[in-house]
Amino acid sequence: MTTAPSVVAAPSRPAAGHHALTGTGALTSLALRRDRIMLPIWVYVVVIGVASNAYTFAKLYKTAAARESLVKSGLENPALTFLYGRLNGDSIGALTAWRYGVWGALFAALMSIFLVIRHTRGDEEAGRLELIGSARVGRQAPLASAIAVAVIANAVLIALLCLVLPVLGLPAGGSAALALAIGLTGLVFTGVSAVTAQLTSGARAARGLALGVLGVAFLARAVGDAAGTGGPSWLTWALPLGWTETLRPFADERWWVLVLPVAVFLGCTWLAFALAQRRDHGAGLLRDRPGRPAASAALSGPFALAWRLQWPALAGWAAGYAFMFAICGAAAKGIEQLVGSSGGLTKEFTRIGGQSAIVSAYLSSLMLLAGLVAAAYGVSAVLRLHAEETSDRADPVLVGRAGRIRWGLSHLVVAFTGTALLLVVAGVATGLGFGIAAGGAGTETTRMLGAGIAQLPAVAVIIGVAALAFGALPDACVAIGWTAVGLTVALNIFGQALQLSHWVLDISPFTHLPRLPGGPVTATPLIWLSAIALAFCAAGLAALRRRDIA
Amino acid sequence: MANAIEARGLRKRFGRATALDGLDLTVRTGEVHAFLGPNGAGKTTTIRILLGLLRKDAGDVTLLGGDPWRDATTLHSRLAYVPGDVTLWPSMTGGEIIDLLAKLRGGQHDKKRRQELIERFDLDPSKKARAYSKGNRQKIALIAALASDAELLVLDEPTSGLDPLMEAAFQECVNAERHDGRTVLLSSHILAEAEALADRVTIIRAGRSVETGTLADLRHLTRTTIDAELDGPIAIDSLPGTHDAVLDGSRLRCEVDNAALTEVLRRLSAVGVRTLTCRPPTLEELFLRHYSGQDQDHPERVQVSRVQ
Repeated sequence: MTTAPSVVAAPSRPAAGHHALTGTGALTSLALRRDRIMLPIWVYVVVIGVASNAYTFAKLYKTAAARESLVKSGLENPALTFLYGRLNGDSIGALTAWRYGVWGALFAALMSIFLVIRHTRGDEEAGRLELIGSARVGRQAPLASAIAVAVIANAVLIALLCLVLPVLGLPAGGSAALALAIGLTGLVFTGVSAVTAQLTSGARAARGLALGVLGVAFLARAVGDAAGTGGPSWLTWALPLGWTETLRPFADERWWVLVLPVAVFLGCTWLAFALAQRRDHGAGLLRDRPGRPAASAALSGPFALAWRLQWPALAGWAAGYAFMFAICGAAAKGIEQLVGSSGGLTKEFTRIGGQSAIVSAYLSSLMLLAGLVAAAYGVSAVLRLHAEETSDRADPVLVGRAGRIRWGLSHLVVAFTGTALLLVVAGVATGLGFGIAAGGAGTETTRMLGAGIAQLPAVAVIIGVAALAFGALPDACVAIGWTAVGLTVALNIFGQALQLSHWVLDISPFTHLPRLPGGPVTATPLIWLSAIALAFCAAGLAALRRRDIA
Repeated sequence: MANAIEARGLRKRFGRATALDGLDLTVRTGEVHAFLGPNGAGKTTTIRILLGLLRKDAGDVTLLGGDPWRDATTLHSRLAYVPGDVTLWPSMTGGEIIDLLAKLRGGQHDKKRRQELIERFDLDPSKKARAYSKGNRQKIALIAALASDAELLVLDEPTSGLDPLMEAAFQECVNAERHDGRTVLLSSHILAEAEALADRVTIIRAGRSVETGTLADLRHLTRTTIDAELDGPIAIDSLPGTHDAVLDGSRLRCEVDNAALTEVLRRLSAVGVRTLTCRPPTLEELFLRHYSGQDQDHPERVQVSRVQ
């Protein structure tokens, strides 16, 4: 952190390769130890996601005829092609690859981005790499170890998929192709984020840049696929997420496509090492531009500060929400066609949504999803309080005139307005997407806006749990907040499929919400949820007032 | 209000660890008070109690006439604080943070004074906080505190990241604050800083105050170092009240209890003195005495008579 950008370049010893990489092994095992909980969860989620899809397809579409009719309706729908990609054949394997190939690859890419940035730029920004760098550790060892950890994670992912999919009855060759398609996309973004970590001096910006590349890759593939043969279908070939389908797993695999991600990974890795060699510790190749030498009048107290700290993340979430829910809303038009051809899926959807109208069921599941993800955002916004406290950045606010209640409230207000904004965006985007595709944009938008906002009381309860934990049990508040999110996701997404008893499902606040659009609305549960949320927040703030500040 | 800070028998435990074990601290209004102790002695814990961030387990504490826990918000608009390890919001510029800190205190900086201090400390206020070194981060907190109109400045090892030039600028500023009648509590383990700045000193160890008083008071308690070249030999065992005496030919080096000084000098002049250097103990030596192993079993608290 001591290297100011104006200082001359750090001594770049013309070190031989093994000098620059000294200590990579030790750093790799340190990184694996630090990630011993999150890394297995990432890998597990991807493997289970793919495997459960293969299992569901095998169960719902037993006959080749059923699959054929599904494929016909599926292929005719640009919205679904946009979302999942092109379908290569009608075997269970091909359906699995279609439904989860791109998305599995997306998850592997996310995992790799978070891993690499965390162990390179993240540690560097926190000053930890400075301490490590002063030990007998080569200049390139931190980067090399971060890449090594990501390679290990993706290798484990590939190996597990290669093992699990054949067990479910899929052909081994196709399974290997799908596994490699997913894992190698992870590798591509390992390389991409290794490069972005050299460019910016902040971890947030480096992560944002890599996620931006991922977003562009997803969009390019989606547009290339949805445009069909007449449009710019070359886009599917141009960027990594399209390669999962051009590889054609389970449909006469084109193995040579695998050369592309490997080449990109190697190229990016080489570039990252070359860039790392040229830059100073703590500095990025893209210099921070000088900012305002004095604060604007708006930056005037704890509330303005909380907003200033949190709005960039919220803007990112809102943009992501607008994009995803517009697509998912537009896809609703195709749902009817898709489901109409399969009795099994109709039953499935009806059971999940609890509504007779399948589109309504789909839309209300979408709003449930919007609510659950917004709860995750809300918890992250509340936990910013904890991050501020443990990094001592809360002290200057608390040693000011503000007092603890106002400081606590400042971030809670962001959490509440942020989730409300996300739910409004989800509702409006879904309504517009569906309305423009199916007609009646105006009425659909108002209907979905209401359905989105109706999620707020349940989201507020989860925010309240995090706020209470932060006030009363600060050491455990991160675990408690995320457990609350995880538990509600588990109960509301998988709960009915697992046939849990009703009182278990009742634990989740989302169980008590009206199923909108379409379902009846009663005010009582909404009032109760809001009251509980308010009580939790008040108790959390009261506890914050009484305890020590770390 | 004679005392800006008054703490008696302050106790604080973190789980099983005792951080403060009956600490006393008195800071008079208008003085620069150095709060000295080695790492882990309890300096920061004391300061965090004074700031109302931690709740004391036992004891009495008054800050600017109020209870730092109960009246935290009202008291905070009258004090400014510089933490020992300054962490800032990485995406904000130094200038923005200086202004924000002023607004969080509930005031507005005098623009001229702010500019003066920025120039004095040679800070570029348009850089993002993540690009600042430790010293520059410390400067930001210092400028914000010095530019404020607070009655009490609480500075927790404020110069640990500053270079000697900036340290000198800091000392000038603190001296100016003293003339303006502000009270300064300065925690440090840099003794030269305390010697240069402090009116009074409190030394703490293991959560208790072991000594407090002016530097002159503290020196009364200790020994004078004598370095003499004599005309002839002298039996060092015969000298009363001396410690660590070393005779190298005709050159004598020893430490003398102040009470025995007259007698020792008489004996020396009886032998004949060619050169003589008498030196009062430095704070370093005071410090070493308090933290050297032999004293550790008897941490008696010495309350020194107060000046004025």
